[in-house]
Amino acid sequence: MKISAFWVVVVAIFVGGLVLTEVVDNEYYFTALYVILQATIMAIAWNILGGFTGYVNFGSAAFFAVGAYTSIALNKSLGLPLPLLIAAAAIVCGLIGLGVGYLTLRLKGVYFAIATLAMAIVFETLITNWAYVGGARGAYILTPETFLWFKSYIQMVFIVMLMLALTAVAISRMLNSSRIGRGLAAIRDDEVAAECAGVPTLRLKLISTTVMGALMGVAGAPYPFFVTFVDPVSAFNLFIAVNAIAMPMIGGTAHWLGPVIGALLVGTTQEIITVNVSSELNILLVGIMLVLFITLAPQGIVGLWLKYWRRRKK
Amino acid sequence: MSEVVLQVNNLSKRFGGFTALRNVELHVGAGERLGLIGPNGSGKTTMINCISGALFNDEGTITFEGRDITRMPPHQRANLGIARSFQIPKPFRSMTVLENLRVPLEYAAHARTSRRRIMDEAMEVLELIGLKDRANQNSAGLTQVDMRKLELARALAAKPRLLVSDEAMAGLSSSEVDEILEILFALNKRGVAVIMIEHIMRAVMRFSERVLVLDAGEKIAEGTPKEIVHNPDVERAYLGE
Amino acid sequence: MLTADLLANAVVAGILLGGFYAAVAIGLAIIFGQLDIVNIAHPAFIIVGAYTAYILNSRFGFDPVLVGVLAAPIFFIVGAGIYRIYYAAFERTGQESLSGLAFFFGVMFIIEVVLILVYGVDYRLVAARYIGSTWSLGFVDLPFRLLVPFVTAVALTAGVYAYLSRTFMGRAIQAVAQDRLALQLMGANPVSVKQWAFALGMATAAIAGSLLIIIGPVEPSVGRLYIGRAFAIVVLGGMGSIPGMFIAALILGVVESLVTTFWGPSWAPAVAFGLLLLTLAFRPSGLFGR
Repeated sequence: MKISAFWVVVVAIFVGGLVLTEVVDNEYYFTALYVILQATIMAIAWNILGGFTGYVNFGSAAFFAVGAYTSIALNKSLGLPLPLLIAAAAIVCGLIGLGVGYLTLRLKGVYFAIATLAMAIVFETLITNWAYVGGARGAYILTPETFLWFKSYIQMVFIVMLMLALTAVAISRMLNSSRIGRGLAAIRDDEVAAECAGVPTLRLKLISTTVMGALMGVAGAPYPFFVTFVDPVSAFNLFIAVNAIAMPMIGGTAHWLGPVIGALLVGTTQEIITVNVSSELNILLVGIMLVLFITLAPQGIVGLWLKYWRRRKK
Repeated sequence: MSEVVLQVNNLSKRFGGFTALRNVELHVGAGERLGLIGPNGSGKTTMINCISGALFNDEGTITFEGRDITRMPPHQRANLGIARSFQIPKPFRSMTVLENLRVPLEYAAHARTSRRRIMDEAMEVLELIGLKDRANQNSAGLTQVDMRKLELARALAAKPRLLVSDEAMAGLSSSEVDEILEILFALNKRGVAVIMIEHIMRAVMRFSERVLVLDAGEKIAEGTPKEIVHNPDVERAYLGE
Repeated sequence: MLTADLLANAVVAGILLGGFYAAVAIGLAIIFGQLDIVNIAHPAFIIVGAYTAYILNSRFGFDPVLVGVLAAPIFFIVGAGIYRIYYAAFERTGQESLSGLAFFFGVMFIIEVVLILVYGVDYRLVAARYIGSTWSLGFVDLPFRLLVPFVTAVALTAGVYAYLSRTFMGRAIQAVAQDRLALQLMGANPVSVKQWAFALGMATAAIAGSLLIIIGPVEPSVGRLYIGRAFAIVVLGGMGSIPGMFIAALILGVVESLVTTFWGPSWAPAVAFGLLLLTLAFRPSGLFGR
């Protein structure tokens, strides 16, 4: 019964998105929703490794940027359409996740975290020095003239992003409540004990980093068409990495719903503050919320809610 | 005791310049109860780490039911049927007691368990260990004895042929020690061979059919509990010259 | 001959830069190398040190090195406070691996954003009589803006090394990393030893920051480049060994300087991070580890 309820909600949200493109004309709303959905995918992806498995990735922005630049490079060289670009970004970033994981995951967890920081700067330097995709000056991307039956291109990328986000939610939920998910949770709780219980820890950690990388690449792939200008500074922006950590931490990391709730809540708040106050203040607020939540409510909103629920039941 | 489950030959392990184990031979028969004792730093923990795969030995071979497992990672050994409990309990803290058992049932015993029966089998293990009424409690909140029991329950849920029990009784009261001993006897009755590492002599001597004594990384004695008690080398190792 | 000239100057500049890197990494060698606390906000605190030097220098004309020394005790106290929070919220509850890391990440981010909000993204610099002058030895130039940080950093490293190996507290700090039992036998409380050590590491950030702004202008996000440098040096130096850390800092300085001279400055940031990735992948115990 629960399975069908989940899919009903997923389909309902998707249909809701389609209806929105028919009734709303103001492009701002689709821009805002795109930004929130992008952050949602990043948060979900981060949480698959961070929340489920217990390994911190500081280099989310690098996966995102490599996804975006894969798009730029393949669009420029081969003129591939968006769906293929998304698939290519998923493959490239999945492989990067696998590679970094393979090199460092046999060591203590903190080394992986530090390695992801290192990886972000290495890729930023590489792309800054890669003239084909614009180097430090950045690259302009022409948005395609056709956009199916939608009224504008932005509406179409919004629908694409909505599909990707729903797919990410489904993947995350599947991982969380499956046999693999319990293996990952065992790793997070105690890696030595997990291995002794028969959990192939290295393999599961590599699956986890690969899925995380691929999803982040997917989030980045449509980005060039959304903003039409990409440079290394904006694509590797630290704010992307901070959001990817803050949203699951605020929402709650142990449950697949946590990053979704965190992303929708924080993302919406950010849009409101950016429009009404200032974008710097919005960034500062996310940082402060992150620190406050992890010190005072490490289980996040989902954790607080479960606690409240249990107390009421008693 | 004709069939040998675990055979360890000429095992040596060094850490830098320090030799933790030197040419140790050890075997366990099917369904046998072996006690492994020795003073602190004698190499007991290194020994069980080599058997479970947490450490790789430098020299020597380990065979389990006829298969060479010397270079096999721990999770594959668990799949074959070697289970281990930890001296300091390592529960999966975010899970309930029942979910803790689900992990070994779904992984180590995966090939030998039907998916439909996982929850039933987990409950059966809890029943046997005496943790049934704690099934849905969070494992992080258990008492010390219950944590030790959970360690054993989780090891048992892996459906092992050999259980390595690392000081499951240290720090427990006398009646609690008896409780754990009963559990180990019950496991053994189901055909599981047990290697018991323990400091509490009363428990080792009561439990073991055969006792092996390590001192400074070498095997100094092996025999029935009675023989070991009267062995002058053992006395010297424990009491000094 | 031109290349020999260029090479000699690049190596000397690299050594001077490397010395300064030691000042950047020494706090982390204590906090991360010995206490095992992954304080990725350390470089952000170094930037705070640099801005402190900038403020007192531009308002009152204080010498930046002097500001660094004067600010060190304040950083020490702040560090003790931060460790208290870290201990209570993460270390005691066993949450340090996930939440603790995210905590320092958040702190780093907050520092950066606050600095941007207050001072903007413009580069800031300090004025001191020696900064523009250069000491020439034959064809090798020794600019004072590198020489002063080098000398100060060497003194700082030597001082911390002497403190750790000669004093009771210093030995307790080293024991906290290796042997908790010995520490208890010494009659020291591990938590207060760690607090003291964390505070000490933070105090070095004040000095490192003042040196950073002598070398060149600083803006809030510069700190991020130093995360990789500092961690690369600590890991390469063998986690917590002060002499190992110093040699690793010199190596990184020279390699970076060579890359900048012969390849171009835009590649320099990747050197430290690349070195760090390679070390982690192939020699996680560091250059001098077993």
